[in-house]
Amino acid sequence: MIAINENAAPGSTPAAEQNNYLTCDSGLRSWLFTLDHKRIGVMYLAGILLTFLIGGLIALVIRLELFTPGKAFLSEDRYNELFTLHGAIMTFLFLIPSIPAALGNFLLPVMLGAKDVAFPRMNLASFYLWVVGAIFFLLALVLGGLDTGWTFYTPYSTTTSSTVIAATIGVFILGFSSIFTGLNFVVTINTMRPPGMTWFKMPLFLWSLYATSIIQLLATPVLGITMILLTAEKMLGIGIFDPALGGDPVLYQHFFWFYSHPAVYIMILPAMGVISELISVFSSKPIFGYRFIAFSSIAIALLGFLVWGHHMFISSDSPLAAVIFSALTFSVSIPSGIKVFNWLATMYKGSIRLTTPMCYALSFILLFGIGGLTGLFLGALATDVHLHDTYFVVAHFHYVMMGGTLIAFLAALHYWWPKMFGRMFNEFWAKVACLVIFVGFNWTFFPQFLLGTRGMPRRYARYEAEFQSLHQVSTVGAMVLGVGLFICAGVLLMSLIRGRRAPSNPWGAATLEWQCSSPPPHHNFEQCPLATDPYDYSELVFEGEDEGFVRRPPDFPKRSNLPEEEPALV
Amino acid sequence: MPLAASSGSLFPKPTSTTAGDVDELFYFILAISVVFFAIIVGAMFVFIVKYRQRDDLEIQPSPDHNNVLEIVWTVIPGLLVGVIFFWGFISYLDMRQAPDNSYEIQVTAKKWSWSFTYPNGHVDNKLHVPIDRPVKLVMSSDDVIHSLYIPAFRLKMDLIPGRYSTTWFEAHTAGDYTLFCAEYCGTQHSTMLAKVVVHPSGEFDTWLDNAANLLKTMTPVEAGEILYTRRGCVQCHSIDGAAKVGPTFLNVFGTQQPLTDGSMVEVDENYIRESILEPQAKIRAGYKPVMPTYQGQLKDEEIAALIAYIKSLSTTNEATP
Repeated sequence: MIAINENAAPGSTPAAEQNNYLTCDSGLRSWLFTLDHKRIGVMYLAGILLTFLIGGLIALVIRLELFTPGKAFLSEDRYNELFTLHGAIMTFLFLIPSIPAALGNFLLPVMLGAKDVAFPRMNLASFYLWVVGAIFFLLALVLGGLDTGWTFYTPYSTTTSSTVIAATIGVFILGFSSIFTGLNFVVTINTMRPPGMTWFKMPLFLWSLYATSIIQLLATPVLGITMILLTAEKMLGIGIFDPALGGDPVLYQHFFWFYSHPAVYIMILPAMGVISELISVFSSKPIFGYRFIAFSSIAIALLGFLVWGHHMFISSDSPLAAVIFSALTFSVSIPSGIKVFNWLATMYKGSIRLTTPMCYALSFILLFGIGGLTGLFLGALATDVHLHDTYFVVAHFHYVMMGGTLIAFLAALHYWWPKMFGRMFNEFWAKVACLVIFVGFNWTFFPQFLLGTRGMPRRYARYEAEFQSLHQVSTVGAMVLGVGLFICAGVLLMSLIRGRRAPSNPWGAATLEWQCSSPPPHHNFEQCPLATDPYDYSELVFEGEDEGFVRRPPDFPKRSNLPEEEPALV
Repeated sequence: MPLAASSGSLFPKPTSTTAGDVDELFYFILAISVVFFAIIVGAMFVFIVKYRQRDDLEIQPSPDHNNVLEIVWTVIPGLLVGVIFFWGFISYLDMRQAPDNSYEIQVTAKKWSWSFTYPNGHVDNKLHVPIDRPVKLVMSSDDVIHSLYIPAFRLKMDLIPGRYSTTWFEAHTAGDYTLFCAEYCGTQHSTMLAKVVVHPSGEFDTWLDNAANLLKTMTPVEAGEILYTRRGCVQCHSIDGAAKVGPTFLNVFGTQQPLTDGSMVEVDENYIRESILEPQAKIRAGYKPVMPTYQGQLKDEEIAALIAYIKSLSTTNEATP
């Protein structure tokens, strides 16, 4: 049994106010040069939300242009530049760092009961690498007018503009930011777990961050190799990718996807970790099949390295290669399926609370379910031939990346928002936003599956009139989705101004971050907490909105029977 | 069957030998997906209703793991995806392996047009094929990667510069179909379309004979007009005065035009010929050097016919024969 430290009392005392990480120091320098993982996490959060806003607005412009088959208001070149920007911003600047770098940085040490990550300076360096990489990358894209799509396929990318190398350098700088974060997380998890927290007592979110970090460490260097090869070809005229010099353009696709396919798992694994936490907390029940979920994260991380070839089923590679990659692709679908079944089994005989984070988590299961199942059509060779490079693929990866990662990111943001900023948001409006986002998302992307099966290729600035009605439905849906996201942003921002103060443990969760006050003090914990079972809710008792959940042994008397000054428990 | 009922709108009508296989596999996966999705959604909603937190809900103890259950829901989906994989792979091998008696057509893609070369040397911008006969496409690209996509045949294959890729199909319904470029290739990617014409039984050979004898049966201007569309000039050069990726052909012959280096050039027979064979030599001011060369792809008589056609589009030269 552990003692709740003094700060665990609701943050009503002025002393606790002074003591949190947001107020302990002030001024711009205290943020820019901070080594506090929480402040770095908050800066990451602000950065990636800004890039998400830019990428999202571009998406709306693209959808508006596609309202008509001919030209609405964008020339073909502008359209091509915009879809390139949208894809590149969303993948490299938003999705990859979203959950690990922003939320992971904030939460990983607190969940371990530690004061900080293992290498705080490297952590700050990773943030600045992200900033430099983001600016460099955006400048390369915008000034170079890059219109290659976020995949930069050769020889189109190398023959039409010279900025592809600059853009790859930008991605590589961003990659180094990922490597720093990954390395930090691996070392922190290996060395800084508190007494009592064995590997299999770790919250599953940390397992997923660990698996993600391994991918970041192993896959990102391939980007560097690709960049060196591109540069060598350009500077020294060595034929690597350019057929005019005797190179092979498909080789570039292998290099690109050898990084970018594992990167898909960098995006989805932390999302799965978030959902594992939330489903358990809001069902007030231990997660079902802990070990299967933990091992499935590692299985996905490893198998994810072996499936890159499924992006090249029609790139004229040998049928043998296609068959092998198809088989491996199906093997990676199984661990994902296991997770979904385990989440449902966790809800069975639980005590389910439909809070905003839980609503997002449930919509994740539905949307990720559709995204995962439509992946079966693309993993099967015969159907992939028809569906490859059509809107079916566009819909599929938006269901996985947006319906999956973004929705999980929003779930996590709402769940940990009270911990990060010490304020509760308006549950009613937050749920309205969740519903509008869910409806708008399906409205936008479900019609795109039909566009794909009917043969509408992707990356088309103009299209045949037969596809117009579905495109218009999709565009209207995108506007609804946009409205939903703005409501969501409004609710969270309003909470900072008007929100009720958050108790230490508003949701009744058993992981360590809910034992320190909201927001956490500068050093997280006064003394290193003793880890208990992260999914044991039996001793948590709800004490009203101001107090939140408090841990008590089963035979402990109700709070109302206690003298006023009695600390929560010993 | 609800699936059969919706099949009309889900796909274009299948019109080739392998298209039916693809659709069957699609519906098989769809059925599995719908069942699994129904289980997931059903379980979720039942649990939400039944176990929603309320005062009278006693939390019943339930296990936090069950190895038998976990193995069952690992193995059953595993077997199902095994079946999907196997089916997909068998059909795919059929799609990649052209029958020995296939009729062979060479396909060349360049930014942003298609050309199809028939065994007798005739070149066309439409893919004309006989009905009920396997057609093998031997394909390559002149510049960047393109991808030949015919939704009605469920057919797609990339065209890679410096490499030949092959694919095949056998069309069973006469008519016109659309061929798309499915691999992003730049500005006019979305308009890099072509028509596929499946000729009714016996009519293909007649069409091919007539088409190949274009220059013998027509005046140069008429032949030039057909070559202008057939060989892809139309994609970038208008005949109505509008500037597209390249300059218009209207009223250009015989005029003086500025080049990117500031000098002037007279648009005469030699300039047009040079621009067709060495497009990068002299670039008109305001345009990008993006035209691919037609060196070795157009015969001298064809170039002459194109020059005659461009000449005919100039009102000032109308009188000149």
